[in-house]
Amino acid sequence: MTTVRISDDALARACGADALAQAFAVAGCTVERVSSWGMHWLEPLVEVDGLGFGPATAADVPGILAGLSDKAIGRIGEHRFLARQQRLTFARAGRTRPLSLGDYAATHGWEGLARARAIGPQAIIAEVIASGLRGRGGAGFPAGIKLRTVAEAQAPRKFVVCNADEGDSGTFADRMLMEGDPFALIEGMAIAAHAVGAEAGYVYVRSEYPHAVAKMRAACTLAAPRIAPLHIEVRVGAGAYVCGEETSLLNSLEGKRGEVRAKPPLPALAGLFGCPTVVNNVLTLAALPHILSEGGAAHYAGLGHGRSRGTMPIQLAGNIRHGGLFEVPFGITLDELVNTIGGGTASGRAVKAVQVGGPLGAYIPPSRFDLPFDYEAYAAADALIGHGGVVVFDERVDMARMARFAMEFCAAESCGKCTPCRIGSTRGVELLDRIATGAAPDALAALPQMRNAPRGLRGRADDIALLEELCETMQYGSLCALGGFTPFPVLSALRHWPQDFG
Amino acid sequence: MDDSARLAEIIAAHAGEEGALLPILHDVRAAFGCIARAAQADIAQALNLSRAEVHGVIGFYHDFTETPDPRPLVELCRAEACQARGVEALVAAAERAAGARVRIGKVWCLGLCSVGPNARIGDDVHARLDEARLVALVAGA
Repeated sequence: MTTVRISDDALARACGADALAQAFAVAGCTVERVSSWGMHWLEPLVEVDGLGFGPATAADVPGILAGLSDKAIGRIGEHRFLARQQRLTFARAGRTRPLSLGDYAATHGWEGLARARAIGPQAIIAEVIASGLRGRGGAGFPAGIKLRTVAEAQAPRKFVVCNADEGDSGTFADRMLMEGDPFALIEGMAIAAHAVGAEAGYVYVRSEYPHAVAKMRAACTLAAPRIAPLHIEVRVGAGAYVCGEETSLLNSLEGKRGEVRAKPPLPALAGLFGCPTVVNNVLTLAALPHILSEGGAAHYAGLGHGRSRGTMPIQLAGNIRHGGLFEVPFGITLDELVNTIGGGTASGRAVKAVQVGGPLGAYIPPSRFDLPFDYEAYAAADALIGHGGVVVFDERVDMARMARFAMEFCAAESCGKCTPCRIGSTRGVELLDRIATGAAPDALAALPQMRNAPRGLRGRADDIALLEELCETMQYGSLCALGGFTPFPVLSALRHWPQDFG
Repeated sequence: MDDSARLAEIIAAHAGEEGALLPILHDVRAAFGCIARAAQADIAQALNLSRAEVHGVIGFYHDFTETPDPRPLVELCRAEACQARGVEALVAAAERAAGARVRIGKVWCLGLCSVGPNARIGDDVHARLDEARLVALVAGA
C-alpha cells in the first residue's frame, strides 16, 4: 500500500489539504499527516517516497499515484528552496508527525533537555550566553542574560511564559512551529524552566490560531510526564494585538485588560503575578534544544553576522511568488530573499517595497535591498527585523495609504495607557488624510485659543513637518513598541516614496 | 440545563486557576455567543472582582461582546500581507454577498501570509481567495 504524506498545518488545510488527504484515503493509500515543509506556494504538497507533488488537488490523485503528474517537483529534500537553508529550529519541518512522541524521540527529541538536566542551571545559562541567542520576538535581547537574571532572582515562585501572540502581519513561524513541532517548544520551555527554577509555564497563543491552540494543548498533555515537575498550560488571547508586548501579555494572563506596564520593574524580576518570569518568543525557546545539544552552542554561535548569531526563520509573505519559511544564518540580503529565493512578486509586476518586521516595521525600497539581515544593520538603516516577516508589495501599492494604515492600526490596537500612542495615532490618521487629499485645514486649529497653531492656510510642507514632529513624539514618548515603532512604516514610506503623498 | 446552571458549571470548571478571567470569558462566549451583563455579575462575584473590572476586560478585547449577534461570521484578513495580495478589492463583493444575513468581520492576520487573501469561518481557514471563492464562502456561511 502506498503511503502519502500531507501536511496538517493550518495553511495546508486552508489550501485544501484535508480534501486531498481524503481523496488519497479513498484511493486506498495510507495517509500520514505531517508538518509543513514551508514551501507555501506548493501547498497542499504531497510526498510519496520522498518525491513531491504540488500544489495538488483531488483531481491530481490518479496522476500522482501513477507517477505521471505534471505537479511533480522531484525530490522534496533536494528542492532548491530548501537546499539554500540551514534549518535548526525547523529541522523537523515536513519530516515528522507533529503529535508523534515516537517521531520526536527518533529525531533527537528530548536530547537537549536530557543534557540540560545533566549539566545543571549554571552551565545551561553559560551555554545559552555563549550561543549568542537573542530574543526572536523582535527586541533582540540576549536570551542567556534574561535567564541569568531570573535565575539569580530570589522568589518562592518563578514562571516561564512563551509569547505565542504572533500578531504581526507577514509572520507565521510561531504558528508553524506550534502546529508542526510542538514538542520542540515544550522542550525549550522545560530547558528554560530548569535553568531558572520555574515549576509552571504558560503558552499564550492568539485566538486567531485555533489549530495551534489545539496542537499545543494536545502536545502538553502528551509531554507532561517528560517535563514533570514543570506544568505547562496553554492560554488563549482574545484578539488584542498589543498583548504581544510582554507586559501586556502578562496582564492578560493575569486576567486583566492587556495594558502595557511601565518598565522597570523588568518582568525578569517582577513579571507574572509579581514573580520573576522568563518571557520569550516561541522561536527563542524552540532554539534552546539545539543549543543545549552536544556542541550546539558553539555551532549556533559560529553562524550568523555581526552580533546577530545563529539562524533566523525568515518568513516570505505578501505578493511573492515563492513564499514560505526560510531559515538561514543572519546576514542574507533582501535582494537574495525577495528576488532569488522568492522569485519576485506573485503578480509578476515589479517590486515597489517590502515591509520587514510586521506592521511596526519600516518599508524598504529595492535600492536598499543590499541590507544584510542583522539586528544592528537594520537599526542603522532606521528599520527593524522584528519577528522576521518580509511582506512584498508590487508597483501598484500606494505608500501614503500604507502609512495611513499603520496609524489606523495603531489607533485600533493601542492599549490606551500612554498618550502619544492613544491620541497620536488618531491625529496621524487625520494628518495623513489631509496630506493625501489636500483638504481644508482642521477646524479646531483655527480656533482662537489654539495659540500655537499657524494662522492662515497650512500647506503640504507644514503638514509633513507636523507629521514628522508627531512621529518623533510617538517614537520617544510611547511606553511600548506599538506607539514607539508605528513611526517606522510611516516615516519610511514618506522618506522613500514622497511622490505618493499628495 | 438552563443558562445559569451552565454558567455556574463554567465558573466551577476554572475554580482555583490563577488568572481565570480570560479562560472563563472564552468559555462563556463559546456557550452563549456573548457575555451578557447578568453573566458578568456572576463572574465578578465568583472571582472576587468588581463588575466594573470584568466589564473593563470585556471592553478591552476584540473577541468579547456583551450582546449576541446570531449572524454567521466570516472574518476577512485585512492586514498588510493580504492587502499586498489584493484583499481590499474583494471587500465590496463580500459585503454585497453578505447582505444582512452574514457578518463580514475584520481580522488582522491569520498567519497564512504567503497565500492570501485569507478568511476564517469558525475554526476553518480558507486561503487563495478570489472574488468568486469568497462570495461562495459567504453564501455558504
